Amino acid sequence: MSKTNLTRRGVLRTGAATGAGLALPTIFTSAASAFTNAPGDSEVTLGFNVPQTGPYADEGADELRAYELAVEHLNGGGDGGMLSTFSSKALDGTGILGREVKYVTGDTQTKSDAARASAKSMIEKDGAIMITGGSSSGVAIAVQGLCQEAGVIFMAGLTHSNDTTGKDKKANGFRHFFNAYMSGAALAPVLAQRYGKDRKAYHLTADYTWGWTQEESIVSATEALGWETVNTVKTPLAATDFSSYIAPVLNSGADVLVLNHYGGNMVNSLTNAVQFGLREKQVNGKNFEIVVPLYSRLMARGAGENVKGILGSTNWHWSLQDEGSQAFVRSFGTKYGFPPSQAAHTCYVQTLLYADAVTRAGSFNPCAVAEALEGYEFDGLGNGPTLYRAADHQCFKDVLVVQGKENPQSEFDLLEVVEVTPAEQVTYEPDHPMFDGGNLGECNPGA
Amino acid sequence: MDAIILQVLNGLDKGSAYALIALGLTLIFGTLGVVNFAHGAIFMLGAFCAVTLQRILSLSYTVVDETRTDFLGNPLKVDVPYVEGWFGEATGQAIIEWSVPLAILFAIPVMLLIGFIMERGLIKHFYKRPHADQILVTFGLAIVLQELIKYFFGANPIPTPAPDAFTGSFDFGAMIGFAENAIIYPYWRMIYFVFALVIIGAVFAFLQFTTFGMVVRAGMADRETVGMLGINIDRKFTIMFGIAAAVAGLAGVMYTPINSPNYHMGMDFLVLSFVVVVVGGMGSLPGAVLAGFMLGILEAFASMNWIKDILPGIDQIIIYLVAIVILLTRPRGLMGRKGVMEE
Repeated sequence: MSKTNLTRRGVLRTGAATGAGLALPTIFTSAASAFTNAPGDSEVTLGFNVPQTGPYADEGADELRAYELAVEHLNGGGDGGMLSTFSSKALDGTGILGREVKYVTGDTQTKSDAARASAKSMIEKDGAIMITGGSSSGVAIAVQGLCQEAGVIFMAGLTHSNDTTGKDKKANGFRHFFNAYMSGAALAPVLAQRYGKDRKAYHLTADYTWGWTQEESIVSATEALGWETVNTVKTPLAATDFSSYIAPVLNSGADVLVLNHYGGNMVNSLTNAVQFGLREKQVNGKNFEIVVPLYSRLMARGAGENVKGILGSTNWHWSLQDEGSQAFVRSFGTKYGFPPSQAAHTCYVQTLLYADAVTRAGSFNPCAVAEALEGYEFDGLGNGPTLYRAADHQCFKDVLVVQGKENPQSEFDLLEVVEVTPAEQVTYEPDHPMFDGGNLGECNPGA
Repeated sequence: MDAIILQVLNGLDKGSAYALIALGLTLIFGTLGVVNFAHGAIFMLGAFCAVTLQRILSLSYTVVDETRTDFLGNPLKVDVPYVEGWFGEATGQAIIEWSVPLAILFAIPVMLLIGFIMERGLIKHFYKRPHADQILVTFGLAIVLQELIKYFFGANPIPTPAPDAFTGSFDFGAMIGFAENAIIYPYWRMIYFVFALVIIGAVFAFLQFTTFGMVVRAGMADRETVGMLGINIDRKFTIMFGIAAAVAGLAGVMYTPINSPNYHMGMDFLVLSFVVVVVGGMGSLPGAVLAGFMLGILEAFASMNWIKDILPGIDQIIIYLVAIVILLTRPRGLMGRKGVMEE
């Protein structure tokens, strides 16, 4: 039989100790819960929002592979990939701030409303502290807006429209991928050098935000070098047969066709253009040329033989020989059996950059993370020295001008890098007319 | 003038595809009374017959080439197709290159079988049900087929080029006295058009000049009476469903070099093909063919730049506009018969 010995002092002492003990975590959590989805002590959840169905499902699958690889590396698994080549040494393979990284995935279906719904569900139901993903600028802009309202960080995946970090930029959103302006600035000098300054261009453009900004960018960059723009024709996004748009090109006096198309549009318009024999023609005494300003290896595969010799630009390519790219290709290739796409690269890098920013800031608070990313300079992630500009949350780095390879060695070996355009040449002022009109606003930590 | 000829030519190949799909739709509607929303998916399956045959012909064994390395620095594994091993490199490559024309032979039995299974396995259970049920079940089937194809072949378009002899284009304008480069037309599209005419001709001849065709036509006109004459009309109609599937399938096979096939191509054609059937007149085979070519050509005209400058976006709605006008002025469509879907 036990005997309880209650004294007044004893009760007071225990009470005080219990009170202090109970209050202690509250002191921490009150600071911690000053933002949406503050993680617990053991794990943190990231939300990967990619197209798992719909026309960009293959790109989405590659992005997801890259995210899984990044999580594995952050948690200390695998060979560590780019953690060893990254200029910042804050990440040590013990998760993020000592918490194991978990993830949830959502399906954007490449539709803005579906993408917003899946991002919302990951934030509200799964407690995701950060959302990342992409493959369409329309979707990226919609999800970025949602993350701003919800108070979580959005690390954009593949999105190339100027608007993502232009008129639709948000304080909680960050883009590592390059944009249409940069494609124009990098591509135009190579075009002028290869094809001459006296050229007449005809544009076919996908009729949505990305297509418009890309057309504007390429027109402006090529006209500055002396080219003339004969015509710009908008094609419906749902178009599958471009013959009636391509047939009048030869008769228009143009000697270059610029295809501001992506995905299935690009595959079909390029295939149609080659069928119509454009590349074998002579106009104005010059060889007729076709240009695809935004290249993707996954898409180039769909166009098969037709991409040979065609110039374009890309954010990254697996054949790059720098340490970071090689480390990434090695881990990705060993795990999955084929080299990563540029979409996979940007997604992997964005995840690392987020984790690194949290670690350097010492907090998951979106405002602290944003501050750590703003104006941050880094290297070793495959694109050379890179700056995350504070004014618009856009990364500035070298841009690759690529060409469809004439003699590919394998099914992955479709593009070759013809020039690495230095970052200075593709840098613009934050208030450049093509990016003007938006407001970054204030960082929103949410709850 | 050259621009007009150019757009007529452009309309012909698309019109050929519309006509072939609409022909199959009308056959099924006319014989079985079923509105088949899975017909676009059958067109897509046909295209993937070409992809499958290309894959089968390209089946390879792996040879390790020690002199070259892959992207990870390991010795390069080179895939050598079995046909190259069996018939020599040149013949093997030629066989793979001709996979699209060869796929016609492959697709006919496959598509007949698919049509047969579809009709016996699913659609026959819906003959007595309202049209709304038929539309729902066939549309559901289309989605299932589409997702299956995506699961096995991925979401991206798969290049299936025409044989080298038929790639490129010819200067049609120069042949008929216009300036050089005014009217350029790819060889394969011309072949597609001729192919479509042959298939359409064959279907009409089959219905017109064979006993089987006669019974089917009689059944289309009055199913009950033909049944009372002791003819198993159901069996005949099952075969017609198979034929309709084969027609759409062949349209798909031959379409692959024009646009790389993807899982969604059937849906892209389906809605337009229905408009074609309605404009042509429900149940009228010549109407379906006529409307197919007509709408294909109109669509090509509507995407001419100067027309789009006057009426922006007209290229996307022209077909529906025409459908509205035709239905208002001729409610039965161009060549529709009295009494079809009018009870």
